Amino acid sequence: MLSIRLKYERIKMEKTKVAIIGSGNIGTDLMIKIIRTSTALEMSVFVGIDPASDGLARAKRMGVKTTHKGISGLVEMPEWKDIKIIFDATSAKAHHYNYSFVEKYPDKRIIDLTPAAIGPYLVPPVNFDDSINVKNVNMVTCGGQATIPMVAAVSKVAKVHYGEIVASIASKSAGPGTRANIDEFTETTSLAIEKVGGADKGKAIIVLNPAEPPMVMRDTVFTLSEQADREAIRASIHAMEKEVQKYVPGYTLHQEVQFDDIPEDQPVFIEGLGWRHGLKTTILLQVRGAGHYLPEYAGNLDIMTSAALATGERLVKEALVQE
Amino acid sequence: MNHKIYIQDVTLRDGMHAIRHQYSKEQIQNIALALDAAKVDAIEISHGDGLMGGSFNYGFGAHTDWEWLEGIKDRLTHAKLTTLLLPGIGTIHDLKKARDLGVESVRIATHCTEADISQQHIEAAKKMGMDVGGFLMMAHMNEPKKLAEQAKLMESYGADCVYVTDSAGALMMDGVADRIKAFKDVLDDKTEVGIHCHHNLSLGVANTIVAMQHGANRLDASLAGMGAGAGNCPLEVLIAVMKKMGVESNSDLYKLMDAADDLIRPIQVRPVRVDRETLSLGYAGVYSSFLIHSEKAAEKYGLESRAILEELGKRKMVGGQEDMIIDVALDMKSKKEA
Repeated sequence: MLSIRLKYERIKMEKTKVAIIGSGNIGTDLMIKIIRTSTALEMSVFVGIDPASDGLARAKRMGVKTTHKGISGLVEMPEWKDIKIIFDATSAKAHHYNYSFVEKYPDKRIIDLTPAAIGPYLVPPVNFDDSINVKNVNMVTCGGQATIPMVAAVSKVAKVHYGEIVASIASKSAGPGTRANIDEFTETTSLAIEKVGGADKGKAIIVLNPAEPPMVMRDTVFTLSEQADREAIRASIHAMEKEVQKYVPGYTLHQEVQFDDIPEDQPVFIEGLGWRHGLKTTILLQVRGAGHYLPEYAGNLDIMTSAALATGERLVKEALVQE
Repeated sequence: MNHKIYIQDVTLRDGMHAIRHQYSKEQIQNIALALDAAKVDAIEISHGDGLMGGSFNYGFGAHTDWEWLEGIKDRLTHAKLTTLLLPGIGTIHDLKKARDLGVESVRIATHCTEADISQQHIEAAKKMGMDVGGFLMMAHMNEPKKLAEQAKLMESYGADCVYVTDSAGALMMDGVADRIKAFKDVLDDKTEVGIHCHHNLSLGVANTIVAMQHGANRLDASLAGMGAGAGNCPLEVLIAVMKKMGVESNSDLYKLMDAADDLIRPIQVRPVRVDRETLSLGYAGVYSSFLIHSEKAAEKYGLESRAILEELGKRKMVGGQEDMIIDVALDMKSKKEA
C-alpha cells in the first residue's frame, strides 16, 4: 500500500522536461519563469547560438544544461530524448529551420514565440481548446497576447467589424530581434486580431517610448462593433481581465471602459471594409511584468512568456503531451 | 560637397492633420498640380501619420492612401511624388503599393532615439530603387551628438538624406544649428541633410533658414503652413525670404502665394496659427499631431486642452501615442472629480 502510494506521488511529482531555443530576452525570461514558478515543467536544456550571450551565461549560473550550437547541438545531447516540449524564442526565419528538426519526432511539441506562425495562433484564454492536438502552436506577439483577449471579449457580446490595437513599449524592453522585425509584429498581430479576436478587419500599431524611468507597457484596444448592450460588453471585458490575470497578475484595465457612438450618418471609412458605423469601445490596459529577467516595465516580455508557459503547463496538465 | 536646395512640400501629408485627414481626391489633385506648376521639387502625399495611418488612434481618412496617390504621378511635370512611412504603422508591403502608384521617394520616420527600427524599411526602399530620407522625429528630445549617432545609423542602412524633424516645434535656432552641425560632423559628404519644422513658437521660417545656413539642403514647408499644430514652415514665406537672401531655388513665389491663399486657407477646418493651444505644443514639447485629438478629449471630458498637452509633455509621450491622450484626460477628469 505504502509503496504504491509512493510510486503514485513520484509519478505525480515528475515534471515534463522542456527545452528553450533562443537566448535573448524572451528565452531567458521564460527560463527563469519555468525554474521559479512551474510545477509541471522542468527546464532541461537552454539553447543559444552565441556562446557569449547573457542568456546562456545566466542559464549556466542557474544550473541549466546549455548548448551554443542551436537546434543541431540540442538533438545530439543525451537530454533530447526525454524532452517533450520545445519553446522556440528565436526568429521567424530560424523557427522554420528549428521546426524542420522537431517535426520528425512524434513525441515532441513546439510552442513558437516567433512571428513565423507555421502553426495556428494561440491566445490561451481565447482559443486553447482549438489547438490541443496541434504539434506546433504560435503565440502571436506580445501586443497580440495583451490585446486579443479583449477583442474576443467584445466579440462574445457583439459582432466586431474592426479591431485596432496600439501597443506602447519601453525602448529598453525591445531587443534587437524585435527592432529588426517591426513589420512582422504589425502584420502578425493584425491577422491574429481577425483570426482569434473575431474581428472582420484587424489593425495593429506599435510605438517604442524611450522615457526614463522606462514606462510600463500600455496597450489600447479599439473595437467597432454592432450596437449592443454596453453593460454586457463591460462585464465581458472585466471577466476577461480576470482570465488573463490568472497567468499574468500585472494585467489590468487602467481606466474604465469607454464607449462612443459612431452614428449611421457619420460613419468612418475603414480600409478593407468601407464605411462603417456602430459602437466604438475603447479599452485602456496596462501590463506590469513580474520582473523576472527584465524589470517590471517589460510587461511585453512577461505577457509573451507567461502565455507560452501557461500553454505548456496546460498541455501537460490535460495530459496532451505524450509520455 | 554642396547639395542643391531641394524644397519638399508637406501640405498633402502633414497638412492632413489640420483637415483631420479629410482631403478629397479633387483637392489633392488641384493642390498637387498647383505645387508642381510652382516648381516645388517634391510633393509628399499620405495620411498625416504616414501610409496606413488611417485608424481610430490617428483618425480615419476620407480616402485610402492609394486613392489619394492614384493618378497624380502622371500629371506631374517637375516635382517628385513622395510619401512617408512610420515603422510600427505602415509596412514594406504598403511601401510597395505606393511605389506601384508612382512614388519615387520616401521618408522613413522614427522617434529620435529609435533609428534602428527603420533598417528593414530603408533597405527595402533602396532595393526598390527609391530615394530615401531618414526622418528623426521629436528631435528636441535627443541631444545633438546622440541624434547624429541615430542619423549615422540611418545613413548606414542606405538613407540618401537624414532629417532633423522638430515635430513638436520646440527647437530654437541654436538647437537647430547644433543638431545640423552634429549631423555634418558625422555624416558622409554625399548624404544630404534635411530640416522639418513646426511653427508652434513662430520659428518655422527662422529655424529652416538657420538649418540651411548650416548645410541643410532639403527643406520641408507647406502652403500657408498647412500642417499639424501651428503648422509647418510656411512655404511661400520661406521662398520669399530665400529670394531676399539671394538663395536660389526652383520655386515660383507668386504661384505659391496664390495657392496658399486661394486653395489652402479656405479649407482649413481649424485655423492653422500660433494660438493658446498650438503655442502650448511648442512650449511643452509635445508632438504637434496631438493638437486636434487633445481638443476633442478636452471637449468630451470637460477639460482644458492646454492642461492636457502640458501633462502629455510631462509624461514624455512620443509621436504615435495618441491613445494616451484619452488616458491622460481620464486621469485628469477623475482627479478633478475627487
